[in-house]
Amino acid sequence: MTIEVKEKKMNNRIDPPPIWQPCDSGDGILWLIMNDAKRSVNLLSIEALEALSTTLQELRIHPPKALVIRSGKPSGFIAGADVAAFANERHPIRLMAYIRLGHEVMDTLANLPFPTVAVIHGHALGGGLELALACRHRVVVDDPTTRLGLPEVQLGIHPGFGGSVRLPALIGHAAAMKLMLTGRTLSAREAVRLGLADLAVPPRHLETAILDLLSTAASRRTCSGFRSRLLVHWPLRPLAALAWHRATESKAPAHHYPAPHALIDLWHQHANNPQAMLEAEQKSVAALATTQTARHLTRLFFLRERMKGMGKGSLAGIHHLHVVGAGVMGGDIAAWVALKGIRVTLQDSHPTRLGPAFKRAAELFSRKAGGWRQAREAMDRLIPDLNGDGVAKADLVIEAISENLSAKQALLIELESRLKPEALLATNTSALSLQELALVLKRPERLFGLHFFNPVEKMGLIEVVSGPLTHEETTKRGCAFAVSLDRLPLLVQDSPGFLINRLLMPYLLEAVLMASEGFSVASVDAAARGFGMPMGPLLLADQVGLDIILSVCENLSVNLNCAAPTLLRERVNSGHLGKKSGQGFYHHPPGKPARPVQSGRQAPEDTVDRLILPMVNAAMTTLRQGVVTDADLLDAGMVFGAGFAPFRGGPLSYAKSLGKEEVTRRLREISIRSNGRLEVDSGWKTFDFATETIPVEKGHEQEYHKRTTYYFTTVGKNLIRLIPGTG
Amino acid sequence: MNKNSSNQAQWVYLVDGIRTPFLKARGRANPFSAADLAVAAGRSLLIRQKFDASQLDEVILGCVMPSPEETNIARVAALRMGCGPGVPAQTVQRNCASGLQAVDTAVRTILSGQGDLILAGGVEAMSHAPLQLNASFVDWMAQWRIRRGWRSKMELMATLPRCLPRPFSVLLKGLQDPILGLSMGQTAEHLAHRFGIKREEMDAHAVESHRRAVLAQEAGWLKEESIVLADHAGIIYAADQGPRPDSSPEKLASLQPVFDRSWGKVTAGNSAQVSDGACWLLLASAEAVDRHDLHPIARVSPASWAGLAPENMGLGPVHAMAHLLARQELTVADVDAWEINEAFAAQILACRRAMADTAYCHKEMGLDTPMGEIPDNKLNIDGGAIAIGHPVGASGARIVWHLARILQRIQKRRGVASLCIGGGQGGAMLVENATCAA
Repeated sequence: MTIEVKEKKMNNRIDPPPIWQPCDSGDGILWLIMNDAKRSVNLLSIEALEALSTTLQELRIHPPKALVIRSGKPSGFIAGADVAAFANERHPIRLMAYIRLGHEVMDTLANLPFPTVAVIHGHALGGGLELALACRHRVVVDDPTTRLGLPEVQLGIHPGFGGSVRLPALIGHAAAMKLMLTGRTLSAREAVRLGLADLAVPPRHLETAILDLLSTAASRRTCSGFRSRLLVHWPLRPLAALAWHRATESKAPAHHYPAPHALIDLWHQHANNPQAMLEAEQKSVAALATTQTARHLTRLFFLRERMKGMGKGSLAGIHHLHVVGAGVMGGDIAAWVALKGIRVTLQDSHPTRLGPAFKRAAELFSRKAGGWRQAREAMDRLIPDLNGDGVAKADLVIEAISENLSAKQALLIELESRLKPEALLATNTSALSLQELALVLKRPERLFGLHFFNPVEKMGLIEVVSGPLTHEETTKRGCAFAVSLDRLPLLVQDSPGFLINRLLMPYLLEAVLMASEGFSVASVDAAARGFGMPMGPLLLADQVGLDIILSVCENLSVNLNCAAPTLLRERVNSGHLGKKSGQGFYHHPPGKPARPVQSGRQAPEDTVDRLILPMVNAAMTTLRQGVVTDADLLDAGMVFGAGFAPFRGGPLSYAKSLGKEEVTRRLREISIRSNGRLEVDSGWKTFDFATETIPVEKGHEQEYHKRTTYYFTTVGKNLIRLIPGTG
Repeated sequence: MNKNSSNQAQWVYLVDGIRTPFLKARGRANPFSAADLAVAAGRSLLIRQKFDASQLDEVILGCVMPSPEETNIARVAALRMGCGPGVPAQTVQRNCASGLQAVDTAVRTILSGQGDLILAGGVEAMSHAPLQLNASFVDWMAQWRIRRGWRSKMELMATLPRCLPRPFSVLLKGLQDPILGLSMGQTAEHLAHRFGIKREEMDAHAVESHRRAVLAQEAGWLKEESIVLADHAGIIYAADQGPRPDSSPEKLASLQPVFDRSWGKVTAGNSAQVSDGACWLLLASAEAVDRHDLHPIARVSPASWAGLAPENMGLGPVHAMAHLLARQELTVADVDAWEINEAFAAQILACRRAMADTAYCHKEMGLDTPMGEIPDNKLNIDGGAIAIGHPVGASGARIVWHLARILQRIQKRRGVASLCIGGGQGGAMLVENATCAA
C-alpha cells in the first residue's frame, strides 16, 4: 500500500499537499497541522499514520522546543481511525499491520523528549483522541461543538491505538472504563473536569494559553488518585471487572455485543502492566474487528452517514416553517424545529390548543437548549399564529391536523393559494394516501410526506414520503431538512404504513395475539428482548398507545392483510390505552417500573420466529414493491427508526444470516400455523441473497400513474380542484 | 381638503400595527418581561409583512422603565425578533407618552429622509418594576467593601442603624412628580378641585369606559388588533384583562381614595389600571409603500408637544391638541374621533371642561374663543385606559393604533390621539384614514 502511494506521488505532476504540514512559529515551537485534502474530515488512515511516523522520526533527530498538533480543518480535530479500512479489511495480517502501525506512531509520539500539545476543536473521537492522549498536554477549544470520546464500542470494537491504556492512566480507571464502555462523548468543560484535557480555552486566547502552558507545566500529567490506583490490585480488580460485566450485560449482552466485555477482560488481565496491555489490546481489537457484530455495526455506521448525505447537494433552504395543527405531533414538531434554530409559526384555530403545545415546548427547551438564553431564543422563534399569517412567509408548511381526507384536502387547497412559489408543502399523515391529497393541488409536485414519530424529541428517524406526483427536488430538500434537524431521513414511496409502521404492525399484532392465546406478557416480551430488541413488543405497544396501534392497524387493513386482534379492540374499548391511561398490557404506576397485567403460560421456543419473521416477511414485501430504495436503507430504517436489534444489522440482514433455505422453511412453517395471517412473500424466490437485490415490481407505481393520467387528461386540472375526495 | 394640501409632504404612512393583550399587574410579576412582550407582538407583526425584517431602517421603542437586563430595550427586542444585527434601534422616554414619542421620532426620521421603513412602538411591564434600596444603605455597603481592618469595620457597624435598608418600589417613585413630590393621583385630585369635578362624575365615567371596552371586546375589535400570548406553563392570554362587565356606580362608590386617603375622590376604580403590554406600529414613507407594495391604513404627521405646570399635567392634552389643531388649521368639529388617554377620570373630565371654558382657553392658551366641546360619542368610543389598562410606555402607541382602526371601522377621515404626561406635558398626533376617500 505504501509503495502504491509513493508511486502515485511520483507520477502526478502536482503533488497533493502533505497531510501533515509542519509550520515553525519562529520561537522554536513546531506546529504540525493535519489537513487531509482528500477527505472532508481528518482520519488516521494508514497513509496519515505513515506520514506522521516519518515526520516524528525527523523530529527525533532535530528536536524542536515543543510540538503542537492541531487540525487544519474548520470542522474538527480528527474524527477517528479509517473505519472503512478497518471494516473492509478481512485479511487478519493486514488488519494487524494497520493496528501495529497505529501503536508504533502513538508510542513514538508519547516518548518524544520534548513537550507535545494536542489542540482540539470539534470532534476528537476514537483514534483521534488516542493520538491526543499520546501527547503530553491537551488543550480544548471551549465551544459547544467540541466533543471528545472513545466511542469504538458502538462499532463493535474497542480502542485500538493504545487508548485503553492511556486513558485510564490519565483520568483514572473507573472514569476511563465508564467512558469507553458507554462510548459517551464529552464536552470541552467536561473533559477538563475529568482531567482528560489540561485547559478549555476560548479561540481568542488559544495561542497565548498554549505558550503559557508550555512555559509553566513541565511534567506529564497522570492520575494519582489513591482509589484509582487501588482498583488495579487484588482483590478490587476482579470485583470491579465483575461489576462492570454485570452492568454491561443488562445493556449489551456478551453474546450479542462482545466488544465491551472484551475490553473489561483486557483490563482485568493487564491493568497493572501497561506494556502487556498495549500488546494485548492489539490482539483483542483485531479479533473483535472480524466479528459479525462489528461488521453489522460498522455497516450501520456507514448507512447512517449515507442517510445524512441524502440531502446533500440540494440545500433545504428552510428558514421558516409553518405548522398547521397544534396537537401532540404538530406542537412537538414545531418545538423541535424551533430548537434547531429555524423560525416556526404554529397555527391552530383554537387558542386553547396552543397552550399545551407551548408548555411542552418550554419544557423541551429548558432541558435541551443548553442554557436559559438559548431556551429563550428557541421560544422567541416559536410563534403562535391564530390566523395563519406565517403561511405566506414559510419555506415549508407542514400540516398535522386530524386524519380526515376531505379536511386535509380543503386545508391543502387553502394553503397552496397563499404559499410562496418556491415553498414546499408537507403532510404528517400516516394513514392517508399522498396521491389522493395531491390531486387537489395545482402544483402537486411540491407536496411530500414528512412522517415524524412520537415522541418527536426521541425518535431519530423521519420518513420522507414521495408520492407519484412528487418532484425529486422536493424530497431532496425534505431529506436535507430532516438532516438539518439532526434526524436521519428515510426516503420511502407512498404506500400504506410506509416502511416503519408497515413492518412494526405484524410484529406488534402477533405479540398481542400471543397474549390473547394465554401466553404471559412478560415471557413474550422477554423472547423479543432475547432476540435483541431494546423493548418487548407489548411494552412498546403500551408506550405508543393501544388506540394508536388500533387506528394504524385499521388503516392498514384496508389494503393489507392485518386484522386487529379482538384483545386489542377490547383493551381500547375498556379505556386501557397503555402508558398514557396507566394500563394496557402492563400496569404503569407513575415513577415505577411497569408490571404485567396478566400472567400465563411460558411463551414457547419458537416465539422469536413467530414475532420476528412476519416482520422480516413484510420487509421483503416492501422491498419487492420498491417502497424503499434498497435493502441497506430498509435495514437502516428499521434499526434507527424502530430499534431493530442493531447487532443483527436489520431485518434483511437477519434473513441473510439465516440463509435462503432456512428463512423460507421457517416462514412456511409459521404460515401454515397462522390461519392465513401470514403469506410467504413471493420476493423470497427472486431475492438475491449475495447482492441483496431484487427486481422491483412496478405494479404499484403503474397503478398510480394510470389513475393520475386519467385525472389530468380526462377530468382536467380545474375540475379536480372542485371535487375533492374523488381520489 | 384644501386645508391640508400645503402639508402634503408632511405625511407618513401607518401600514400595520399590533399589540399584546394588556395584562393586569396584580402585585406579583406577570410571566412576561417587557422585552418578552415587545418580542411577542413584534415578531407576529413582522411575520405578516411582505418584506424581510432586516429591511427595516430602524426600530424605536418607548419604555419608561426597562429592567436592568433590558437597557436599550429597543435593541434587545429588535435582535430577539430576528431583525438581524444590521438594524439600529433606540429606546425613547417621555414618561406616559413614550409610545407616542417613539411614533413621533419615527415620523420625523422618515420625513427628514433618514429612513423609509421604521418599526415604532411602546412597551411596559409595570408588574416587573423592581424594589430598590435607599442610597444611604447602598453607600454603607460600598464602605463595608472598601474598609480594611476590624476596627474600621466596627466603626462602620455603629453607623448602620442610621442607614438601615429601606426598600421602595421604583414604580411608585416613578409615578411621583420629581419637582413637586405630588403623586400623579394627587395632580388628578388637584384638577378635580380646580374644575369642581364630583366623585360621582368620575365613577360614572369609569363605568362608561368599562361598558364601551366590554362592548368592543364582544364585537372582537380589540382581539383583532392583538396577538395571543402563551407562557411557559401553557396558559394562553387572548384578551385584555382589564375590562369588567360587572362594573357599576355602586361598586365603584365603595372604593376608598388611594392618593389623598382622607378626603380624596380619586380611587383605583376611576384611575387607569396598572398593567403590562406592548404595541408596535409600522411606519413607512410613500416611497417604501410603493416599493414593497404595502397597503397603509392611515397616515400620520409629527406630534405636537406642549408643556405646563407639573401639577396641571392632566391638562396636557388640551394644550397639545390646541397646538396641533392650529398647526393643521383644523377645529374640534373637523375631527371625527378622539382618543385621549384616560390616566384618571378626573383628568379627562377636566380636559373636556377646559376645552369648553372661555376663560381657561383665553387665559392659559391665549385663544380668543374656546376650543369647543368634544362630543361624547366621538371620544374614546371603545373605552380607555381605565378599563383596558395603561402600561405607561405602551399607551401612546396603542391609542394611535386603535384610532387608526376606529377610523377604518367608522369610515371617517380624521382622528386625534393625545396623552397627558407626568411632569407637566401633553402630546397629540393627527391620524388620517388612508383608505377613506372623504
